[in-house]
Amino acid sequence: MGFDSNEKALSYWRENLRLVLGLLAVWFAVSYGCGIVFADMLNEIHFMGFKLGFWFAQQGSIYVFVALIFIYAYKANALDKKYNVHED
Amino acid sequence: MSVQALTFLIVGLSFALYIGIAIWSRAGSTKDFYVAGGGVPPVMNGMATAADWMSAASFISMAGIISFVGYDGSVYLMGWTGGYVLLALCIAPYLRKFGKFTVPDFIGERYYSQTARVVAVVCAIFICFTYIAGQMRGVGVVFSRFLEVEVDTGVYIGMAVVFFYAVLGGMKGITYTQVAQYCVLIFAFMVPAIFISVMMTGHVIPQIGFGSTVLDAAGNDTGVYLLNKLDGLSTQLGFNEYTEGAKSTIDVFAITAALMVGTAGLPHVIVRFFTVPKVKDARTSTGWALVFIAILYTTVPAVSVFSRVNMIETINGADGQGVAHATAPSWIKNWEQTGLIKWNDKNGDGKMFYSKGKITDPASSNEMSVDRDIMVLATPEIASLPAWVIALVAAGGLAAALSTSAGLLLVISTSVSHDLLKKNFMPDISDKKELMYARTAAAVGIVIAGYFGINPPGFVAAVVAFAFGLAASSLFPAIVMGIFSKRMNKEGAIAGMVLGLGFTAAYIIYFKFVNPAANVPDNWLFGISPEGIGMVGMIVNFVVALVVSKMTAEVPDEVQEMVESIRFPKGAGEASGH
Repeated sequence: MGFDSNEKALSYWRENLRLVLGLLAVWFAVSYGCGIVFADMLNEIHFMGFKLGFWFAQQGSIYVFVALIFIYAYKANALDKKYNVHED
Repeated sequence: MSVQALTFLIVGLSFALYIGIAIWSRAGSTKDFYVAGGGVPPVMNGMATAADWMSAASFISMAGIISFVGYDGSVYLMGWTGGYVLLALCIAPYLRKFGKFTVPDFIGERYYSQTARVVAVVCAIFICFTYIAGQMRGVGVVFSRFLEVEVDTGVYIGMAVVFFYAVLGGMKGITYTQVAQYCVLIFAFMVPAIFISVMMTGHVIPQIGFGSTVLDAAGNDTGVYLLNKLDGLSTQLGFNEYTEGAKSTIDVFAITAALMVGTAGLPHVIVRFFTVPKVKDARTSTGWALVFIAILYTTVPAVSVFSRVNMIETINGADGQGVAHATAPSWIKNWEQTGLIKWNDKNGDGKMFYSKGKITDPASSNEMSVDRDIMVLATPEIASLPAWVIALVAAGGLAAALSTSAGLLLVISTSVSHDLLKKNFMPDISDKKELMYARTAAAVGIVIAGYFGINPPGFVAAVVAFAFGLAASSLFPAIVMGIFSKRMNKEGAIAGMVLGLGFTAAYIIYFKFVNPAANVPDNWLFGISPEGIGMVGMIVNFVVALVVSKMTAEVPDEVQEMVESIRFPKGAGEASGH
């Protein structure tokens, strides 16, 4: 069970961490960035009938969250296959 | 058929459905009882998780709160959805690979310590009881308003139904019932939302409708955006602009963070991902859960805006001068009888008027007090929707409250029978005996929850901040470090949990119970309110744990190996307690 070698195990974990951190950066940017810290600035821009900062805080960030989880599931499953550590 | 008869019929049918499912899917072993046999398909598990997560508060109260605070309400929308990203990326797949029944199981084994396990059990039980008291109350309120029975009777009926399917079916019964409850509650929430969106803006999708232009009474486009109109109305009446909010940026940031991290650390949510067959399924199942939650959570802010504009226009009239109380629509009078709407004709003109300020304050022109909780329940009446829609909303509110109570009860009973009895006091107990203790604990849990529902402690609202702060500052950091750091040892984890928790609890207790008068922004640490202090508590936990672990003994080899093995999916067995 497990990896062919310790190097493989290490590089699998590194790739996984890179994937997770990249997605968490987007997660942070849309909610805390667009929805909170820069909301006032973005509110100057109008998107349909919404102020953009308000839209990110009450709509946009939630849609992005959903997308992030499915992207993660897809990429993590592919990573498992690449290192042959997926479930049978 | 009258509204009341229809409500009895629809609520009765939904209850019969839940009980039928419980009989069909009753649990035969502890594994069925704790994790539904580990065989729930990911989409279904996602739906059940969504029903478990969305409580009476999400269904009944959230739209009302946002309706009254506007942008500031975003903390709930982002906080209670963003946590699922953390859950999916940092927790669910790894704990599924670990393959035990409960969160304290993981903490206890990862930190090779009974003390850590007991700390985790205490947190889990406290969090669940905090929550469940509010649910039972929600059941009582819905019953009393729509079926005109006493609140207490409503609580008894709710207790009986939950007792039946939680005690009998365990996780298996609960999961399949929750799938049905999700369908009932989402249908009940969406139907009035869509009706109102079409009436006010001509758009079928509420998420688009509340960013569109308003239609006039004849159905012609006025060219005015709904949100601009609401911003204008709000400032005229002395409130903040709806889309701007009043809280400081740092406080909004901290509350959102505490709710997100707290969500990812709540035991009744995490345990849902032990019920799917594979690690792969734990990943996608979290995604499905959030899809089903997002359908409601993106509709909520639309309902908030629709009902806010409707409410102001009904009370103040199209000309903004106030409407005569004698000609007020029947829903105002109905809710006045329950005391949740109050009218104080200060200037004696016989007209109602709504603006900022207290109705008892002679300096304010406001004459109306409207309870936030009625906004969703009154929506179908405000929009003059047919009687069956009102009945549906009642059934939806009950589904939301019952599904959440059942999920929480399960964690309480598991914590007692599995984590305390089997893992601490009677390790030789047989599977059958353990199952019996689990059922007994669930039954006792229902009785305690019912007691709190009938005699609600005044501090329920205040302790909700507690539950999230607690989860954020204790369980979440311990779980995440247990997965992502092989060096984190038991000394570090326990010190982190105790200090993080101690700090958060002390801050909340001081401002909420000891000295509530001092609970103003000037006295807060960094301007962070007690609701958001869990974020600071979490940081305290992480820092303390890292420092202490550097100074104490290394983690034993077998535990390091265990951590390595949960980091990839291959070889994940079914969840087991042995």
